[in-house]
This record gives sequence, structure tokens and C-alpha cells, in this order.
Amino acid sequence: MTWFLDNLSYIRGLAWRHVWLSVLPVVIGFALAVPIGYVGRHWRLGGGSVVALAGVVYTIPSLPLLVIVPGVLGTSFLDPTNVAIVLTLYAVAVMVRSAADGFASVSDAVVDAARASGYSAWQRVLQVELPLAGPVLLAGVRVVSVSTVSLATIAPLVGVSNLGSLFTDGFQRYFTTEIVVGILCVVLLALILDMLWVLIGRVAMPWLRVRSTR
Amino acid sequence: MSIYSAAAHWLVDGAHWHGDDGFPHRIAQHLGYTALTVAIASAIALPLGLWIGHTGRLRGLAVGLTGALRALPTLGLLTLVVLWRGIGLGPPTIALVVLAIPPLLAGAYAGLESVDRATIDAARAVGMTEWQVLGRVEIPLALPLILGGLRSAVLQVVATATIAAYIGLGGLGRYLIDGIAVRDYPQTLAGATVVVVLALILDGAFAVAQRSLSTHR
Repeated sequence: MTWFLDNLSYIRGLAWRHVWLSVLPVVIGFALAVPIGYVGRHWRLGGGSVVALAGVVYTIPSLPLLVIVPGVLGTSFLDPTNVAIVLTLYAVAVMVRSAADGFASVSDAVVDAARASGYSAWQRVLQVELPLAGPVLLAGVRVVSVSTVSLATIAPLVGVSNLGSLFTDGFQRYFTTEIVVGILCVVLLALILDMLWVLIGRVAMPWLRVRSTR
Repeated sequence: MSIYSAAAHWLVDGAHWHGDDGFPHRIAQHLGYTALTVAIASAIALPLGLWIGHTGRLRGLAVGLTGALRALPTLGLLTLVVLWRGIGLGPPTIALVVLAIPPLLAGAYAGLESVDRATIDAARAVGMTEWQVLGRVEIPLALPLILGGLRSAVLQVVATATIAAYIGLGGLGRYLIDGIAVRDYPQTLAGATVVVVLALILDGAFAVAQRSLSTHR
């Protein structure tokens, strides 16, 4: 506890870097995964293989991917961008599946009804399918958010500091307290971000609250 | 491009294909850790998962535990067990087992839950004992999902064992950690390539096994 308080500004700095490194991939990943998942659900030809490809990306181990990406992009090996890109790739890989599941959960009858009442294709997607797929999408975002915060901690192994630095630093100095503080900070950050997503979900989908209190 | 050709040269260099630092030995080590870890984790998680799935007890706890462990950072757990229990094979194995349990547990209880209640009731109605219901009806029907849990666990361990090279474990992660430490990027990239290929081969083998299971019925 004393160590935590003495190093508060150091930990706060690492935590901010961690927030930046994990929120950005989740948000970008969500923005990419929703259209890909929609295509995966609706295109007869190749839709299934889009979802299957996302599954293959997810099987690639994280540390190897983290050192392969700079080679592909020509970025420096120690560039934080690599970490953000790898985490975004994983986020997309997981959320494409949940987005496809989410769109699949929308009943065809509802979509047909929207078409019959004169909704255009875009209106159907944005005003009918997307809101109805919302709960499944939110569940996907929450899973990805938690695992991204945890996964981001391997960044110090490729020279990018964040809360994971408390593990490498504590390990090198043989200082257990620092590692325990690090684990607690990571879990706490994951919880805070999770609550934030739930809150955003409530604001964006107020009708769910009405249904659950009934 | 030069970094790729350098990595390719590193990969095919005969000097890196024998001895304790050679690819065959490192691959064997990596697969050995994976097999050991998944065997221990299965011995713990499968009976527990089957019991939870069969009785429906402690289900909330299992779901919560599986979710909570996802938030646990692997590197934090790995460094912590080493500081607590020292270096060697044991401490990393403990950490890897802890991380392999959630997917196995989830596969087992979700597999049993996926079995149609009417089928189970029918099995009871024809006079099967609880053990027969479990062994002859529930487990065979749940096998694809149980195998799916095993698949996730194996891939999780292959990935985490790579990271465990940081705390001194052998295996393929050595090329990455040692390569980064001395800025020998061809070595790092060559090692990374071998891990990725290994993971994809294992995943492919499980996909084939799962498919043959589901077409056999």
C-alpha cells in the first residue's frame, strides 16, 4: 500500500497509456467488426468464410503476432502502434463473430415488416437490424474490452510501457508488491471500462431498461 | 524485405536445426509443456465441468470464474508464480494450468447443457442410471463442445507458453525473448513464424477432429 501511494504518479502514467492502448483498439475494432459481421451474416457467397477467417486470426498467438506486424508494416519494432494494431486485429476477430450472431438473432419477419412499411435498405440496417442486434453486440464489446485490457500487458516485452511494466519491472527487481499492485490495477481497469460499456449500452438502448424493470 | 529474407535464412540455416537450441528440440519442448499443462488442467476441469453440467449446481460460480479469469493478465500471473515458487518447470506450469482451466470447464458444462432435456428424460425413462445417462448419453452428445473447449485450451497454452519464455521457460518462446533482448530480429521473426505455424496446424487438426465427430452421427 505504501509502495502504491509512493509511486502513484508513475502508476497513473502507466495506467493512462494502458487506457489509450486498450480503448482505441476496442472502439476501432467495433467500428470495423460490425460491417464485416453484417456481411458475414448476409452474403450467401463467402459470408461464412469471412467469419471463419476471423477465427483463424484469433488462433495466432499474441507475442509472435506482435513481432510479425512491424515486419509487415515497416514500422519500428518498438513502436506502440504495433501493439494497437495487434489488439485491434484480435478485437475485430472476436467481434466479427458476435456481430454475425447478433444480426442472425434479428428475426426475418421483423426485417420483412420493415421492408413492407417502406423502409429503405439503409434505414432497415440502421433503424431496425442494428438496434435489435445491439444487446449481442454489447456483450461482444464487453468480452473484448476485458480481454484487451489483460492482453495489452504483454506490450512491455516489445518495449512499450503500460501497466504491464509493473510485471516486468517487479520481476527484474524481485519485488512481489509491484506485481500484485499491477494485477489489481489491470483487473480494476478492466472492471471500470466494463461498467463504462454497460453505461453506454443503457444510454444507447434505453428500451432494454424498460423491459428489464417490468 | 531484407528482414524477411534474413529471417528465412535464419529459419533454414542447418545450425538452427540441431542441438538444445535447435528447432526440433524447442518444438518438442513447447509441445511437451502444452501436453503436460492441458493434461493436468483436464484432470481438474473436465470432471468438475461434467458435474456442474450434469447437476446444474454451482453454474453461476463457474460462469463468473471463467469470466473473471479472462481479466487476469497472463504476464502478471507468470511473474508472480516465479517470485513465489522460484524458477524451473513447476511455477510456469501452475500458471499455465490456471489459464487452461476456464475454456475446458466452459466446454464441459456448456456441452452438457446443450443436450436436449427430452433426450435425457428419455434415457432416464428407459431405466438408465445417472452414470449411464452421463456416460452413454450426455458425454457423447456433448463431445463436440468438450473438444471445442480442449481446442481453446491447447491454443491458449501454446500462446502463453511462448510468453513464459520471459520467466525462463524453454520452448519456442526463447527465440522471441532472446532475439528481442539482443535485437536479433531475424531470430525473433523466425521463431514467431514457427509458433504461428504450430498454432495453425494444431487448430486445423482440432477442426478436422471436430468435423469428423459431428458427421459421424
